[in-house]
Amino acid sequence: MFSYAVRRLLGAIPTLFIIITLTFFMMRIAPGGPFDAQRRLPPEIEHNIKAAYNLDKPVYQQYFIYLGKLAHGDMGPSYKNKDFTVNELIADGLPVSAEIGVTSMLLALLLGTAFGSVAALRQNSAVDYGTMSVAMMGITIPTFVVGPILTLIFGVYGLTVFGYDVSLPVGGWNGGALRNLILPVLVLALPQIAVIARIMRGSMVEVLHSNYVRTARAKGLSNFAIVIRHALRAAVLPLVSYLGPAIAGVLTGSLVVEQLFGIPGIGRYFVQGALNRDYTLVMGVLVYYATAIIILNLIADLLYAVLDPRVRYAQ
Amino acid sequence: MIAPVTNAHVEDLMERAADVKGRSLWDDARRRLFRNRAALISIIVLGMIAVAAVFGPFFLAYAYDYIDYSVVSCAPDWWPDPGVLCNAGGTHWFGTDSVGRDLLVRTLYGARISLSVGLIATLVSLVIGVAYGATAGYLGGRIDELMMRFVDVLYSIPYIFLVIILMVIFNRNFFLLFVAIGAVEWLTMARIVRGQTLSVKQKEFVEAARAGGVSNFGIILTHVIPNVFGPVIVYVTLTVPASILAESFLSFLGLGIQEPLTSWGVLIKDGADQMETAPWMLIFPAAFMAVTLFCFNFIGDGLRDALDPKDR
Repeated sequence: MFSYAVRRLLGAIPTLFIIITLTFFMMRIAPGGPFDAQRRLPPEIEHNIKAAYNLDKPVYQQYFIYLGKLAHGDMGPSYKNKDFTVNELIADGLPVSAEIGVTSMLLALLLGTAFGSVAALRQNSAVDYGTMSVAMMGITIPTFVVGPILTLIFGVYGLTVFGYDVSLPVGGWNGGALRNLILPVLVLALPQIAVIARIMRGSMVEVLHSNYVRTARAKGLSNFAIVIRHALRAAVLPLVSYLGPAIAGVLTGSLVVEQLFGIPGIGRYFVQGALNRDYTLVMGVLVYYATAIIILNLIADLLYAVLDPRVRYAQ
Repeated sequence: MIAPVTNAHVEDLMERAADVKGRSLWDDARRRLFRNRAALISIIVLGMIAVAAVFGPFFLAYAYDYIDYSVVSCAPDWWPDPGVLCNAGGTHWFGTDSVGRDLLVRTLYGARISLSVGLIATLVSLVIGVAYGATAGYLGGRIDELMMRFVDVLYSIPYIFLVIILMVIFNRNFFLLFVAIGAVEWLTMARIVRGQTLSVKQKEFVEAARAGGVSNFGIILTHVIPNVFGPVIVYVTLTVPASILAESFLSFLGLGIQEPLTSWGVLIKDGADQMETAPWMLIFPAAFMAVTLFCFNFIGDGLRDALDPKDR
């Protein structure tokens, strides 16, 4: 398995290389440069600025300069956020994005598994249909609709439960205070909860009909022991292969959620970089995302082999 | 004793066979689809939205970009909350937006853009995906491996990031937005078509065509592609809402459709900014979009059940 992991990591290098190359040249084809302003700069100053950022050289030279720097982990200066390098901006935003991303993944796994299992145990009951209809809504209605609506309900109108004001802040980070985390994490997790619940229900129903569960039942084990100790283990396997798409979904969703709630993460840098043509920033964030997805996918695959002894990756 | 088969017998049989109307796969599928109540209702609702989007704006009193500063952010007259700042009055059935434009006509215009982005982007992805997948699957070998490897590479980043980069390049051009979304959504289509092609090309009729001297291109076009259409059409109904979502997603972030044109994403974005004082600006476009997405999902599910031979 170790050699498999190494081989996969080596295989990721050409993938990353192609992504970097594609985006680099696509960005350079784009009309309009990062230093196009309403007011034209005096030619000498413009020339100096371009020279400082190596933009006066031919594109292929810029490409090799960029690759060389990237190999040392240097993503260059941000074109728009003066005095900041892309590395600094990403180092700034990454902990924030990672915090809401990881929290909502865990929340989604927990709640999705629970809802899916309950629906499967009460198959074709009102609980089952209710859960699955809500899940269908969670899948269909996009983050950028659910987000504002939840904000409207919990943030703007506010809620009072037993005389306590439980309204939540509509945005901001506030150093990662719990109250500021709840809404973004929930909005980010909702679609994943829905998908996971559906997958979980399907596999749980299948597992509950399998022979070894019948054996366990014949032995006289309690329902609780059957579900927790026997059925759940096998039923979570399909979830592991969904982890990859789930991670991609959370990353995509974070673009909207960070924008919506004004959270200073890398998703917001990406969107702002795209809006004002901050080439290096956009590329830097994209390289980060691609690396993260490749590595997390690899972890998911390895996890699958650990959890399911039937899976053995070829040498 | 068995009577010898004469020409008269054969002709008689053929005449009778001509009277019997065959039930093709597609007839069966259509019957099953219409029997599925959720799918049928979805088709009707979607049809109504489409008709309203295409013809509605002609019958409304306001143009989509007509600005009336006397009714800025006003609620419709029937709005239940009496605490609103102003009522738009007259025929502003959905109220007005933050510069006094009629929200109903803008929602319908948004529907036009969103539905057409769904259709055009899907068409683009269909053409690229089917051509790519069928070629890779039919040619096989190293070419197939190389082509699918490229798909894998593109798969490894969420496609919305690619669209954002394409939008940066195309400078938010309205038409190219459609093409850009289609140009990144063909990946799954290509995989599906390739898989189907791999099994279709083993069939005898492909061999017969090859023996008959039909070129590779001809075989792909006339024998392979028509036979992989079942799964493709199911995936198409799922690509349409995905494209609508992608466009709205971009517009929501400010990277898509530009003012004064509008789409559901733009309207939802504006509504989200104003929801404390003017919730109708969020609720109506969001409801239209949610209903449309639901309809496409139900139709997709219905089609899958209708076309899946395992269910018979």
